[in-house]
Amino acid sequence: MAKNVNERSVDPATRAMLLEADRAGIETAWDRFEKQQPQCGFGQLGVCCRNCNMGPCRIDPFGEGPDRGVCGTTADIIVARNLLRMIAAGAAAHSDHARDAVMAFKQMAEGKAKSYQVKDEAKLNALAAEYNISTEDRSSEEVALELANVLLSEFGKQMGPIQFTRRAPPKRQKIWENAGIDPRGVDREIVECMHKTHIGVDNDPVHILLHGLRTSISDGWGGSMIATDVQDVLFGTPTPTMSESNLGVLKTDEVNIIVHGHEPILSELIVAAAEDPEMIAFAKKMGAKGISVAGMCCTGNEVLMRHGVPTAGNFLQQELAVITGAVEAMVVDVQCIMPALGNLASCYHTKFISTSPKADFPGTVRMEYHEDKALEIAKEIVRTAVENYPNRDPARVNIPKEKSACMVGFSAEAILGALGGTPQPLIDAIVSGAVKGVGAVVGCNNVKIQHDFGHINLVRELIKNDVLVVTTGCNAIACAKAGLLTPEAAKEAGPGLRAVCESLGVPPVLHMGSCVDISRILVLAAALANHLGVDISDLPAAGAAPEWMSEKAVSIGAYVIASGVYTVLGTVPPVLGSTVVTNVLTKGVGDVIGATFAVEPDPFKAAALMIGTIQEKRKGLGLKA
Amino acid sequence: MKEILIRPEKCMGCRSCEIACAVEHSHSKSLFGAVAEKPLPKKRIYVEFVPECAISVPMVCRHCEEASCVSVCPTGALRQDGVIRVVTHDLEACIGCWTCASVCNYGVIGRNKEQRVAIKCDWCPDREVPACVSACPTGALVYKDVDEFSGSKRAVAALKLAQGITAGESR
Repeated sequence: MAKNVNERSVDPATRAMLLEADRAGIETAWDRFEKQQPQCGFGQLGVCCRNCNMGPCRIDPFGEGPDRGVCGTTADIIVARNLLRMIAAGAAAHSDHARDAVMAFKQMAEGKAKSYQVKDEAKLNALAAEYNISTEDRSSEEVALELANVLLSEFGKQMGPIQFTRRAPPKRQKIWENAGIDPRGVDREIVECMHKTHIGVDNDPVHILLHGLRTSISDGWGGSMIATDVQDVLFGTPTPTMSESNLGVLKTDEVNIIVHGHEPILSELIVAAAEDPEMIAFAKKMGAKGISVAGMCCTGNEVLMRHGVPTAGNFLQQELAVITGAVEAMVVDVQCIMPALGNLASCYHTKFISTSPKADFPGTVRMEYHEDKALEIAKEIVRTAVENYPNRDPARVNIPKEKSACMVGFSAEAILGALGGTPQPLIDAIVSGAVKGVGAVVGCNNVKIQHDFGHINLVRELIKNDVLVVTTGCNAIACAKAGLLTPEAAKEAGPGLRAVCESLGVPPVLHMGSCVDISRILVLAAALANHLGVDISDLPAAGAAPEWMSEKAVSIGAYVIASGVYTVLGTVPPVLGSTVVTNVLTKGVGDVIGATFAVEPDPFKAAALMIGTIQEKRKGLGLKA
Repeated sequence: MKEILIRPEKCMGCRSCEIACAVEHSHSKSLFGAVAEKPLPKKRIYVEFVPECAISVPMVCRHCEEASCVSVCPTGALRQDGVIRVVTHDLEACIGCWTCASVCNYGVIGRNKEQRVAIKCDWCPDREVPACVSACPTGALVYKDVDEFSGSKRAVAALKLAQGITAGESR
């Protein structure tokens, strides 16, 4: 196995920990991936249907065996239905996260969740204005309560559009209306996905795919956007701040707590509890020099963006964090948490603490979160971690030295603020050609791609060609580790982009947050398009998910193209078993929404595809190449 | 001398062997490339469902020692290697008379519709282990020397017999 370490990741800290895993005889996702080879061909092509118990049915992709399921379904229908279910799951994950944020917000407003306050009054008032909620002579709690109730109703809204979709340029809204994909409430669209894919309901692949777009829009411009905005009100809208990234942020002489998953709702309070002098005194009593919280995945991004809490790594590093032997508590909420952590934690002193009422795993210590006593629970978690410090075996501690500085916290508000309150300076730079366009690079890690290789090479290639990159999720963490989120990284950019970054003192790659915060990218894109009086699909912009793996990423990809942005995927989605679906996604859908998908695992070729699209769009706007 | 041997009790009927076989006999040799090729690549292994026993059995050319398909082939398209015994098929020489299919006891001579010639297992000449065997998730297909394969089966059977004797003695 040791010989494969360099093939598995480009990140030195990851390589070091994989060697340690090998030495200790510990299995990681990469080993389990090898054991899964070869993976099922029917599954990879998406031609297996398990939606009724006359099946499972499979279509022979080579045309010799069955070309219909028992009910008469074709490969095209099966692939489309399976994709729709993936979108439903992804939209559900983002939006259910949003619901929890709104629930905490509502209980805060009702005075039942005393651990929370309104941290960004200006954003609260701006959101209230969007919903025509009066703020005059009312306390922020009153405004918050009315806003919370109306936001909650967005999930179950049976008729009419989600309010935040009205942030999209008018031309985009018209496209959605004409195509019949302007979404209603989030829950309704997701339920309809499940209904449509039940046996004997929707059996037209194009019709099925259109509902996929509709559902995804209810995620991007609904669920995800609600999550971002409510979290900003509760925890503050991010502003640029410096921090550090990679496993080297773990401390040899402090209690290490990792907050992992996707929600800031409890992790915000864990960060606060870890700063409590009483807790720090307790840690010192237990022999540690202090308490250090580090993030992982998007919970990490949330606390990184708002508090500069260092991030220990991205998705494929979660097991490696435990293997450092220096983690007292791995505290998880929801999404992208490997059940493998349970077994793994039992090989070390690490306590694997699950906190979400929705998510438990094998081998956890259960410390369930409830809004009404959130801070108490957070303190209890921190106390548990501190109490565990004496169990750490210093002989087994092996923290890689690698860590990189990063500048984070670029909310849409912060970016517009840095530009002087208007997108005009950025537009000027795009018009002059100093900045060719904007590339949004997001998404997961996937063992099918050398860890971080797709992310950082694609991003480097874009900035080298004067494309400003906005990033979220595991791509953002990969970029942070590679030093691309520092103002100094402007040196790696083309001359035009470099000059712009140096004059503003910002990195050429802007960290905009967690995966629900791709909604920030949509808001920024809408601001640019509205300022120019064009549609998002006219902007010199392109998206990519070089190492995607989750169903959330499918929903994201769908709402990004539905918003008018061409998107390159780095791993092949399970659709190639259907020529109809493949053609619709890569060609036909462009006629309806002005953007398509492409699949390109090679990050250099993917960058070329994105730059090609950006150049085309420049031409369309009458800008020089 | 290794053979593709079958342990039918392990077959789940997933047809991964069929897919891997077609992919191995495609131009691109990748799943995603193969499904887009024209004509589509063809499999040479067949997962046969046996309703009487409700089990599936992967069926593939046995490369028989006395290969009747080879002896009846009028054009010499089917030949057998004197040393490793693999039965190969020359598309150019095949006239599609189906005499081979008539005499094959296992029904594993297929038909290439586009070229109107026979098609059969070639033991994946470019691979160390045939693609179907590598693809089998349960070990229903194995690539082993017959002596070794039978030896391990014999050992299991012998163990059962021996345990029977021991149980008898203790009574």
